[in-house]
Amino acid sequence: MPECSVIDAVREALREEMRRDPTVFIMGEDVGQRGGVFLATQGFLEEFGRSRVIDTPLAEAAIMGIALGAAFRGLRPISEIQFSDFIWPSVNQLIGEAARVSYGTNGALRVPVVIRVPYGGGIRGGLFHSQNVEAYFFHTPGLKVVAPSTPYDAKGLLKSAIRDNNPVVFLEHKKTYRLVRGEVPDEDYTIPLGVADVKRAGRNITVVSYGLMLHYCLEAAEQVALDGIDVEVVDLRTLKPLDKETVLESVRKTGKLLIVHEDNITGGVGAEVAALVADEAFEYLDGPITRLCGPDVPTMPFAQSLEDAYMPNTERIAEALRKQSAY
Amino acid sequence: MARKRTDRAKGTGGASTAVKTDLGLPDGLTIDDLVGCFTEMILVRTLDERIWALNRQGKVPIAASCQGHEAAQLGSLLAAKKDGKCFLFPYYRDLALKMCAGLTPTQVMMSFMGKEGEPYSNGRQFPLQGADLAHNVIQISNVVAAGLTQAVGYALACRMLGDDTVVLTYFGDGASSQGETHEAMNFAAVHQLPVLFICENNRYAISVPQRYQMAIADVSTRADGYGFRGVTVDGMDLVQCYEATSEAIKHARQQGPVLLEMKVERLMPHTTDDDDLRYRPRAEIEEARKRDPVVTLAALLIDQGALTQERVDEIKEQARDAIDEATDAADAAGQPDVSTLHDLVYAP
Repeated sequence: MPECSVIDAVREALREEMRRDPTVFIMGEDVGQRGGVFLATQGFLEEFGRSRVIDTPLAEAAIMGIALGAAFRGLRPISEIQFSDFIWPSVNQLIGEAARVSYGTNGALRVPVVIRVPYGGGIRGGLFHSQNVEAYFFHTPGLKVVAPSTPYDAKGLLKSAIRDNNPVVFLEHKKTYRLVRGEVPDEDYTIPLGVADVKRAGRNITVVSYGLMLHYCLEAAEQVALDGIDVEVVDLRTLKPLDKETVLESVRKTGKLLIVHEDNITGGVGAEVAALVADEAFEYLDGPITRLCGPDVPTMPFAQSLEDAYMPNTERIAEALRKQSAY
Repeated sequence: MARKRTDRAKGTGGASTAVKTDLGLPDGLTIDDLVGCFTEMILVRTLDERIWALNRQGKVPIAASCQGHEAAQLGSLLAAKKDGKCFLFPYYRDLALKMCAGLTPTQVMMSFMGKEGEPYSNGRQFPLQGADLAHNVIQISNVVAAGLTQAVGYALACRMLGDDTVVLTYFGDGASSQGETHEAMNFAAVHQLPVLFICENNRYAISVPQRYQMAIADVSTRADGYGFRGVTVDGMDLVQCYEATSEAIKHARQQGPVLLEMKVERLMPHTTDDDDLRYRPRAEIEEARKRDPVVTLAALLIDQGALTQERVDEIKEQARDAIDEATDAADAAGQPDVSTLHDLVYAP
């Protein structure tokens, strides 16, 4: 199997789905002539033409609202929000409207729209090019939220998202785009939404994570393995719907749970995972559920020292694992 | 690419009178059409008045009246129906539009009472919000102007799929201040999409008068800034509204968007929960009632010999019977079963 980066996998998934289904089209800022600021749609304008690869004005609410209207007519739009930090002007269309369409029309209309959102920090993006936005959408019934960590998952999940009949917020961690490489088959495959993946099997502690942090968790697991701590790493992959069973099954086996994410700790995805385990696997726990997450500051700041201080990293995760192990 | 001029030649606005004494009807419009519109208007008005009574009885939780907007809504609807290839994105005050797009009075009354089987959302949303795809109507929400970008997207998709539908999207003067209105109009202009933006300007965003909403007299002048046609008509005059919509539909299909402003009067408070005397002088409302399209259209049709006062009374009597019947039927209908609470959060 050929190896590629996350951004290559995203591009291939988009290209294959555009070729497979003529109702799929892409709209967003700089997606056409420029091929996207991260080059996710490089070469698409030439292959699919201006009617299916639409360079929009800088107007995120329109990008989302127009996608909804096109979906009402039976198309499958893919809207690119250039950076997660720019998604806020479109939030009424996304949370206010899209999430309520199926329910609010009693199923008469559906919204097969994918919103691709490059997100996350560790890239010196400062307050407006680093944001973690997942918790806002994770909270919202009617939306699905996907956050892959590897090229293989990115391609398979993006294809499923495009074929899904609901609005899917597809979060692509910017730092993984070129940093993370992996094997991706050439043939068509999909990964179902709502299914987590055990990326490393272990017996002593469960770590639940997603996105960039998943890789730091895997590194930390290898570090503490040298001390005889056997860590199981669960990659949520899809945040909503949450794969409760995979999380619970792992915790029932290990008896300990550490949750790691880059997003702010308060009201984050980790809080829900913690509540889930407390509700449904309490009697299996051998220690307190702990979270290692971004602190409650608006976003990771621009200065290197402050950005580093914000981001959970391999060493901190390893430390948290040792502490869990010693409890 | 050449841009369309803004022509507001008919922009007599609120100053003109609805009655045309010399009845030179525009092409395609017959006196029978007008009688049909009048009959619909009476039915809608009777229902509109009844739901306010039902609200006070605790049977209808909320209602937004269309009284004063009927000529604008029914005139434009008639043009859309005659065209035969239009899709509608109305807003919350478009009772006459949504009802006469094809619903029975009972269906409408069921929607106002939130009953099982009402056509828009099966009781999940405010009255007549959701979708009535059988009659080519979508209105998702109460966030004003949110439907405008959706309408533009619908038009974009129609073009991509090769059909020549024209999308009519309706909004009030209040919604004209939203940023999404700008985004929708700009995108539609860039792509020359077949969208007709219809602003029912009643000069009030709940309580805020036009002078505190915008620094211009006519919303339609904004079309200049987008490079497409803007037109203002007297929204109390059904014939003008029909004619302007009819022309605009043709223009939109051939040459791209039109902003059509219909100057109307809001004859009732914002909703059943509002008290307009807190912000609107009684004399102003009484003055507006003189231009009530129900009154002026009746006068016109009697003047033209198309109706007699007896026939008008008969039409009103028949409407009362129909709304009585619809009220009883809706009152007797059941509510959605609680087991459906969790259904269809996600589409299958």
